[in-house]
Amino acid sequence: MNNAGIPIIVALLASTLRLATPLIFAALGGLFSEKSGVVNIGLEGMLTIGAFFAVYGSFKTNNPWIGIVFAIVSGAAIAAVHAFLSIHLKADQTISGVAINIFAAAITSYLLMVLFNRQGQTDGVTSLYYPKEAMLKIPVLGKFLAELNWYVFIAIALVIVTNYIFYKTPLGLRIRAVGEHPKAADTLGISVYGIRYLCVILSGALAGLGGASLSLSNTNIFREGMVSGKGFIAIAAMIFGNYKPFGALWACLIFALADAFQIVAQGLGWPFPSEFYSAIPFIITMIVLSGFVGKTVPPAADGIPYEKGEK
Amino acid sequence: MDFVVEMKGITKVFPGVRANENVNFQLKKGEIHVLLGENGAGKTTLMNILYGLYQPDEGEIYVKGRKINMKSPSEAIANGIGMVHQHFMLVQNFTVAENIVLGKEPKKSINLDMNKAVEDTKKIADAYGFKIDPNAVIEDISVGQQQKVEILKALYRGAEILILDEPTAVLTPQEIEELGIILKNLVKEGKSIILITHKLKEVMGMSDRVTIIRRGKVINTVNTKDTNIEQLAEMMVGRKVNLVVEKKPAQPKDVIFKVEKLEALDHRGLPALKGINLQVRAGEILGIAGVDGNGQTELLEVITGLRKAKSGKVIINNKDITGKSPKEIIESGISNIPEDRHKRGLVLKYSLAENSILGMHNKKPFANGIIMNYAKIKEFARKLIDEFDVRTPNEDVAASSLSGGNQQKMIVAREIAKDPDLIIAAQPTRGLDVGAIEYIHKRLVEERDKGRGVLLVSLELDEVMALSDRIAVIYDGEIVGILDAKDATENDLGILMAGGKLESLSKGGVQ
Repeated sequence: MNNAGIPIIVALLASTLRLATPLIFAALGGLFSEKSGVVNIGLEGMLTIGAFFAVYGSFKTNNPWIGIVFAIVSGAAIAAVHAFLSIHLKADQTISGVAINIFAAAITSYLLMVLFNRQGQTDGVTSLYYPKEAMLKIPVLGKFLAELNWYVFIAIALVIVTNYIFYKTPLGLRIRAVGEHPKAADTLGISVYGIRYLCVILSGALAGLGGASLSLSNTNIFREGMVSGKGFIAIAAMIFGNYKPFGALWACLIFALADAFQIVAQGLGWPFPSEFYSAIPFIITMIVLSGFVGKTVPPAADGIPYEKGEK
Repeated sequence: MDFVVEMKGITKVFPGVRANENVNFQLKKGEIHVLLGENGAGKTTLMNILYGLYQPDEGEIYVKGRKINMKSPSEAIANGIGMVHQHFMLVQNFTVAENIVLGKEPKKSINLDMNKAVEDTKKIADAYGFKIDPNAVIEDISVGQQQKVEILKALYRGAEILILDEPTAVLTPQEIEELGIILKNLVKEGKSIILITHKLKEVMGMSDRVTIIRRGKVINTVNTKDTNIEQLAEMMVGRKVNLVVEKKPAQPKDVIFKVEKLEALDHRGLPALKGINLQVRAGEILGIAGVDGNGQTELLEVITGLRKAKSGKVIINNKDITGKSPKEIIESGISNIPEDRHKRGLVLKYSLAENSILGMHNKKPFANGIIMNYAKIKEFARKLIDEFDVRTPNEDVAASSLSGGNQQKMIVAREIAKDPDLIIAAQPTRGLDVGAIEYIHKRLVEERDKGRGVLLVSLELDEVMALSDRIAVIYDGEIVGILDAKDATENDLGILMAGGKLESLSKGGVQ
């Protein structure tokens, strides 16, 4: 990664953006779900599923774009289970989310054996082509742009799109109304269940895409444990960003910067044990959350199943 | 005769309750029709069926002569029916305009056309003479304003038939008057209105016809001008009721309870009490009148030790109890019938026996060291159940299985049994039927006559006026006037409750 000739600050910033990408996808997913009033703690599992099926899709077809489609569909599918449990069956949303996390870890480990006949990680697959050479020719920003990948652009574009949907479209108004006061929405003829299903499934699709951005970018393999808490950090970023798309974006960038700094700092030769560096992102997460979480405002009906015709 | 709405043979059964039984209801075009009944009589259920929120088990609905399968609120809206619910269906952090257009948003290509939403809101508000800022956020406007937003929501959807569920419960007398004018104007525009209420005075003042419902069945439909309050009350309750609280003039003695310059913050950290001064004498009922949210809750929480005071003092029997724990406060002689009986009055999952000793649970004979003496507890509970006429199979059933009136009787029994010097009664009859109200009022007056002080806080002005010997009006965290109950008129209290001033008070009427 440490290409000679790149200033350390450029490497740090590019690395921050790359590391932030899966967080951004997952945090946007979380936003859709929670804005509509469904807690989605299963983002970790949805990232895992997405990461696995991205590689499997690319492995089967040799086309990484098909891999991405696999990731989105698989993420949406597992989210549909969460939606059914928490919307229709009114299960405890935290428990359903935790179950998805556990299930995702187990099923991918199993499918590794069945589909790849390997343990621990898959074979390398065809990667997304990114025109690094062409980017390098761009003046001033060339070196920086060359260090990125397509996901970075897609993620930032989706932040803008999500923000637009939430605050500029009738659909966004309805989503927010359902998350704040589902009964009010219901009495106006808005389908609370319909909106929640849509949002939770979208949430899975986005997290699935986030999974693809983890596995099908630099390494082009799926490795067990490669998600390692990114789903939870995404949830933290979403809360820290006060349940707003741009807020979440900034929060993801801060967490990713901590992560990038950790990698860079290990190369600086300071006299600290390597565990210290690895702990930096999590310490920052804790400080940020303990200082800010109380001040953010979740949607009023977040986590409460809606009962039609309840007295 | 042309009916805009006709409901025929409606039956709706909830687990364990027949909420509506073979109900027939007809609404004429251009009339204001009251649905009268006690809490739990099935008025709201019937209207929720008309609005498509519940499906009836039997029966048919006709709108303008056409049979409609009212399967959802959308269906009701499409047929020109709008409903203003008792608990407003407004998204708190949305603006007025956003709430009004929600579900029927004006669009510009794929975008939400917010400018048009604001314009439409203005247009419709002007058309019906409502003064409202389309860009105001709901949580910043008064309850009366919120109610107007609810009415506008229905009108925006082209409602011809308006259902209002207990619309006056949260309004000051002046706002109620204003609502009456609004409704009359709407009728002039050709709308038909159904009003749900259990307040007899409003029926007489606002309606053309009344349908009385009791225990899910229609008792009668009458023309308002052919009836009177006593008749209506009898039909509503099913027996003759005594609508006036009978009490002798108070024999007040020394001041036993004082609140001095009390200041406190609310849960958002904003000033809720701004220097409250109050005195309660032994043998009198001091009523606090006011619109919800003017500091009543905070005042009671500070007195009972649930909220910290910023400054000022709470004194009972010359003992300063400011900032003391609830336990110490109870032991100093204050009993509390709390505002929310489910949250603070009872532990719903505990048995009646266990509930009957809350607050005395650590005292002999109910506890001996760390051991509870259940034989004594049950004996005590049986005594209270008997004395206060709590209708329950026995003292072992969970408090949650009782009706609201019986739950409240249990609380009143327990609090009086503590033999307090001061009884705090916060909304003591909220949601109760007339029979239970009668009983609790009688008990509170009896306790007064025994020489206890009673501090009554109620949002029902009628209740405050009927029970109190003196009335203090709270507005925006301050006591803006204290009147002798026999001189207080509804009009004067209403002016004070809305933050206005009285001529007579400025001439030295304040104590």
